Amino acid sequence: MTARAVESWTLQPLTAFVKEASARLVLLMTPAGQVLAQSGFSRAVDVMSAAALGAAIVASTGELAKQLRQPPFAALNHQGHRHGIFLSTFPMERGTVVVLAVYDLDVSSLGLVQLFYEQLAADLKAASPKGSVPKQVLAADFERELSDSLNTLFGR
Amino acid sequence: MNHTLDLVTRVRGVRGAMLVSADDGLIVAEQLMEGIKGSAVAALAASLAGRLRRAMEAAGLGTSVFWHLQADQGTLLVVPAASGMLVVAVAEPDVNIGLVRLELLRAGEAVV
Repeated sequence: MTARAVESWTLQPLTAFVKEASARLVLLMTPAGQVLAQSGFSRAVDVMSAAALGAAIVASTGELAKQLRQPPFAALNHQGHRHGIFLSTFPMERGTVVVLAVYDLDVSSLGLVQLFYEQLAADLKAASPKGSVPKQVLAADFERELSDSLNTLFGR
Repeated sequence: MNHTLDLVTRVRGVRGAMLVSADDGLIVAEQLMEGIKGSAVAALAASLAGRLRRAMEAAGLGTSVFWHLQADQGTLLVVPAASGMLVVAVAEPDVNIGLVRLELLRAGEAVV
């Protein structure tokens, strides 16, 4: 399974997480849906859809928590017949990172994913370049940035 | 549920006992000594239980009743119970396996 990263420092922690948690698909992104790294996706359009949907879920559950005057939800898990979807966020110096993981219930479990998610968050925090500010994507540059990111993620 | 786990943890050499959901590897109830990472043990036990079940089915051996994993610094003992639960004990390497097995089987019967 190939992992690709726009931000290269995310690659090693992501690869370790995929291996340990036996995750089928993983997406690291910002709450705005900007992809940092991916593993397991074979088509750009799938990454774009998953990032947009994941970011939308984070935004809507965050708003729901706000309405309830609660801190944002720590994690969301959806268990289907064959696959589970795990979505969670954690804060970093550079901003919040969203992790979306899809796992096969045959080879993994929520317990395993949660366990190694904690390790992933710690590894990403340790690997993150210190003192650097992430580049802000302006609306005018969005399409070009998206295209560049997808080219990096899919090696085109 | 805690009383059920109590009987397991009373055995000398047992460092903790848990009820774990076999499907998702999450802890349902626990009685653990300090220093044991319950979530890791639960995830490991559920993962092993799933793989073992499939292997035993493929080998035509039926379902497992009890399994025992011996490691350098400890022992993991598991009894699959009703309702997709696992009764798990973490113990010292030199624990009386027969006695723990007996208590785990009793605990498994008590889990509805």
